[in-house]
Amino acid sequence: MKIPALFLWLTSLTLPGLALADNLPTPAGAPPAFRTECGSCHLAFPPGLLMAADWRRVMAGLEDHYGDNASLDAKTRQEIEAFLVRHAGPDKKTAEAGNPPRITATVWFRREHHEVPAGIWRDPQLGSAANCAGCHQRAAEGRYSEREIVMPGGKKWED
Amino acid sequence: MKFPAICILLAAAIPGIALAETPQQILQSHVAEAARQTPGFSPSAQRGQEFFGKKFGASEKMPACSTCHTDNPAQAGRHIITKKNIKPLAPAANAERFTDVAKVEKWFRRNCKEVVDRECSAAEKADFIQYLIEVR
Repeated sequence: MKIPALFLWLTSLTLPGLALADNLPTPAGAPPAFRTECGSCHLAFPPGLLMAADWRRVMAGLEDHYGDNASLDAKTRQEIEAFLVRHAGPDKKTAEAGNPPRITATVWFRREHHEVPAGIWRDPQLGSAANCAGCHQRAAEGRYSEREIVMPGGKKWED
Repeated sequence: MKFPAICILLAAAIPGIALAETPQQILQSHVAEAARQTPGFSPSAQRGQEFFGKKFGASEKMPACSTCHTDNPAQAGRHIITKKNIKPLAPAANAERFTDVAKVEKWFRRNCKEVVDRECSAAEKADFIQYLIEVR
């Protein structure tokens, strides 16, 4: 069974768009402000989960960022936007994010989460579907393996 | 005393090389500013505590500082909307707090706008920091 593993590993390295969703590490070259600014109120979401046009939309409206004021100085804003756009996801996978764009509305997100029972999303401990770490215990490290899921209430994910 | 002030300004302008400061230094700069506006001003932990717990009500989901930071700033808090953990605000519980003037001012600017619906005054900031420094 060495070959398929090696093949998968190589595929995930060479075709980022098709990488297994188990791992969504922060791409190399992230400006320090990406973690300190985008990661202070919520998880610093993986740039590959929205398309470039949607990241530009998000970064153009930071004064009203999903109800919060997340304004930045111009230099920091441009630095973060350039990074997000550089590592944005493919249009097909990230389609239908809406306006304002939401990762949780994209084709990819809905497909990945279609088995999640509806009640989970309303759990007060979770808060909202944007709280990745509410179930993906190691989301902050970019790890989203099904084996590492613990749902609100402490239940493990089972297929 | 012009030179040190310029150093601090320069350090604040260069992200990543920000000069490490102490909570006392950051407190004193706000006390000095408040005293310029109100001669004889002296910071009060009591007023700071009242400010911290006051329900301003400008924001429905975030009526007070304590909504996310809890009633005890020496404890970890939790962002009421995103549910992300927030490290304790009190320097006694979290030595990183109030050591980076740019970061401190950024959060005052954002959170005052959000919770109080305006910028906070130098006096309010001084009281607030005085309170947090005293929390054990």
